Amino acid sequence: MTTAILFVILVLVGVAIWQITKIFELSQFNKTKDDSQVANDKDNNWNGQLMFAFLVFIYLITIYSFWAWGDVLLPESASEHGQDIDRLMWISFALIFFVQTITQALLHYFSWKYRGRKEQKALFYADNDKLEFIWTIIPVITLAGLIMYGLFTWTSIMNIEDNDEALVVELYAQQFNWKARYAGEDGVLGDANVRFLQDYEGRNLVGIDSSDPNGLDDVIVQELHLPKGREVIFKMRSQDVLHSAYMPHFRAQMNCVPGMITEFAFTPTMTTEEMRQTPEMAAKVAKINKIRYDNTQALMAKGEEGLDAYQFDYLLLCNKICGASHYNMQMKIVVEEEKDFNNWLAQQTTFAQTIQQ
Amino acid sequence: MGADHAHHKETFITKYIFSQDHKMIAKQYLITGLIMGIIGIAMSLLFRLQLAWPEKSFWVFETFLGKWAPEGVMDPNVYLALVTIHGTLMVFFVLTAGLSGTFSNLLIPLQIGARDMASGLLNMISYWLFFLSSVIMIASLFVESGPAAAGWTIYPPLSALPQAQPGSGLGMTLWLVSMAIFIASSLLGSLNYIVTVINLRTKGMSMTRLPLTIWAFFVTAIIGVVSFPVLLSAALLLIMDRSFGTSFFLSDIFIQGEVLHYQGGSPVLYEHLFWFLGHPEVYIVLLPALGITSEVLATNARKPIFGYRAMVASILAIAFLSTIVWGHHMFISGMNPFLGSVFTFTTLLIAIPSAVKAFNYITTLWKGNLQLNPGMLFSIGLVSTFITGGLTGIILGDSTLDINVHDTYFVVAHFHLVMGISALYGLFAGVYHWFPKMFGRMMNKNLGYVHFWVTAVCAYGVFFPMHFIGMAGLPRRYYSNTAFPYFDDLANINVVITIFALIAGAAQLVFLYNFISSIFYGKKAVQNPWKSNTLEWTTPVEHIHGNWPKEIPHVHRWAYDYSKPGHDEDFIPQNVPLAEGEEELQH
Repeated sequence: MTTAILFVILVLVGVAIWQITKIFELSQFNKTKDDSQVANDKDNNWNGQLMFAFLVFIYLITIYSFWAWGDVLLPESASEHGQDIDRLMWISFALIFFVQTITQALLHYFSWKYRGRKEQKALFYADNDKLEFIWTIIPVITLAGLIMYGLFTWTSIMNIEDNDEALVVELYAQQFNWKARYAGEDGVLGDANVRFLQDYEGRNLVGIDSSDPNGLDDVIVQELHLPKGREVIFKMRSQDVLHSAYMPHFRAQMNCVPGMITEFAFTPTMTTEEMRQTPEMAAKVAKINKIRYDNTQALMAKGEEGLDAYQFDYLLLCNKICGASHYNMQMKIVVEEEKDFNNWLAQQTTFAQTIQQ
Repeated sequence: MGADHAHHKETFITKYIFSQDHKMIAKQYLITGLIMGIIGIAMSLLFRLQLAWPEKSFWVFETFLGKWAPEGVMDPNVYLALVTIHGTLMVFFVLTAGLSGTFSNLLIPLQIGARDMASGLLNMISYWLFFLSSVIMIASLFVESGPAAAGWTIYPPLSALPQAQPGSGLGMTLWLVSMAIFIASSLLGSLNYIVTVINLRTKGMSMTRLPLTIWAFFVTAIIGVVSFPVLLSAALLLIMDRSFGTSFFLSDIFIQGEVLHYQGGSPVLYEHLFWFLGHPEVYIVLLPALGITSEVLATNARKPIFGYRAMVASILAIAFLSTIVWGHHMFISGMNPFLGSVFTFTTLLIAIPSAVKAFNYITTLWKGNLQLNPGMLFSIGLVSTFITGGLTGIILGDSTLDINVHDTYFVVAHFHLVMGISALYGLFAGVYHWFPKMFGRMMNKNLGYVHFWVTAVCAYGVFFPMHFIGMAGLPRRYYSNTAFPYFDDLANINVVITIFALIAGAAQLVFLYNFISSIFYGKKAVQNPWKSNTLEWTTPVEHIHGNWPKEIPHVHRWAYDYSKPGHDEDFIPQNVPLAEGEEELQH
């Protein structure tokens, strides 16, 4: 990688030097001929050629980026609706690449092909209603298709209905950490408000109203566990500023807004273990560990502590600027089989137990 | 300098400082805008250093950030402050005031054939309010608790509560005051532009003969008048919440071990108010750049702009649609998903007039005789970045896809290309093209070429890889991503981006050198160096009050009679009467 960067720098420095020499030359020899500072045929010629080279550059940087960095993109979705999002994403991308390739080609090709020459005269061509109609109607039809597809998907993702099957989880955001609350046996989250946060000497972590019987069996945890294959409905709250619960591997995101409860729902389709096993993820983790190993070597050489080896876990990140430690506001997500999930949940302390301590 | 035409005696103060002459005010806007641009770009280089080599010590940090970078390591709070002020300066002070303020002031009277703006006094006040707001914004960098740091969108409650972060103290108050004054300045300017275009066109200059620059400035001013007051109201309500204990945007807050008294407000309301300006603002920034491009492309292609009517129609369509798409910034804000559907629909509609514009630009080049002056290169570059950046809007404007890329680097890449770089290119194209009109001298073309080519390569080098970081799931506004080993493989991409950014920054020094030295030592300009049709080139090179020494020329044709068959020259200025039997195009 470093070699590639050095190479780029060298090329650019080279170009710069060449340009500066050229300026020098022009200022020396062409003084008598042309110093109007208006482009002449020579300028048109070499800039036109650079325009064509620039087209090649755009294509190359696109290809290079996919070749070198294709593996940093998110792996396949770990949620049901995520697959719909990914499909729509790739359709949109195909369209974008198609249009990008053609329009950039035309733009830069014309800039080269029709570069000015003394003897050349431009074509007086001001209008063509038919042509303009065509390139208005084509985007109309294409976008209509995309809009329809997008809106059907959006409606199905965002139309969240409470049902007995689903697991209801509250995500609770504060500067700068996350908590999760499970509804307990009764399947109903107890009422809560920031006013109750000071009850029980600060042990009421998410401000549950202890007079509401529904809240007593609620479970509050610092690590989010989800059962595979069951719909999870998230109810999101924030106690201070805006936060955003971003779970990129599940193609899920929703802001947490003080004063209101926001919702998002998805069904996990892959356990953490299954995701770790995918060849894609295994390769990515190996690559990351290689980088961490190299960095460790460098750190050790300086007498500092090394880095731990990394293993994959699903992430919940904060994705709305929320203050100094915004960049480190995270929670680990564990997706497991329903049975393991139930065992884990049964071992957690309920709100009633917490306040009786 | 045209002493015989001056109606009153000029002193240094009335000529250079409290001038009411639109040409001088344009230069004042440009130079203030450039200074703010230098600060804004320098800030971006500082935080790019931090992103490439997180938590490393740099002497530049210690020099510029002082106590905010103990031992040369940047503090997370100052990182947020830098991105906030970078965004604010670039969007408002450089690309709104610097771009629109400069070229609307310079070109509206000159291209429509007027002696000056409708109100020279309001115009002067508009500039000085802008200057005042710039001074306040810069002053906010020096307060004890640091400048505003809640992102340029300053969403409450983060921006409303001094307890939430140091940047929400006095720095935030100054930010709001500065913006309130800025908005007043912008409104005065816009009203002036609108009135001038409607009332002061010379004989024969019908609306359908207006150059596209004027159409763009005119419609931009209308969008500004419609949407800026809404931002003013948001700023005022936020000031009330911050300083007078109201609860417009705040409710149920517990912070620093304390329950606050706020009840019943909603941050979502603020988001609606902010983006009601915030989205049209994109077009306030972009339309003048597109207007400049239309003019520069046609002149240098020696060809009429293709599809004049369609271009005007698309400007109007973009202006209308731009006021009903703001919700696409809020798909996951917690607002009703049905609203999301509506905003997806209107947002993707706006792609249609944008596509028409891009296609028309490309067709304008077809079979032209392209004079590749630096201004022309920047215009072509604008079309290129406008397409590359605009296309990813199809993804971000689609609520479904936005769920996963919202607020990631994908967004950063998108808007920097489509509005940041494109509008900057528009600004550069305008400066290179109208420099002879502003300063009576030419800029050095070879330095211009170096400036363009290095910038063009680096713009892609900086923003293209950002799409990948975004698609990898990395949120924006992260001080560093070292807290997530999962993102360790992005580190080298960040290094590449920063190197390109540093080179791009250096290239702007070439521009600055060229700009300043050409003001004093540039080659003296001839009256119409680019052989252009528009009226500003019929004025004398030396600036005079009232623009034309004698009568204002009358207009007999549209602005785009380039290479018209049956004429020897490849351009026919607008003030040349139709020859016998010559037909004017129907448009």
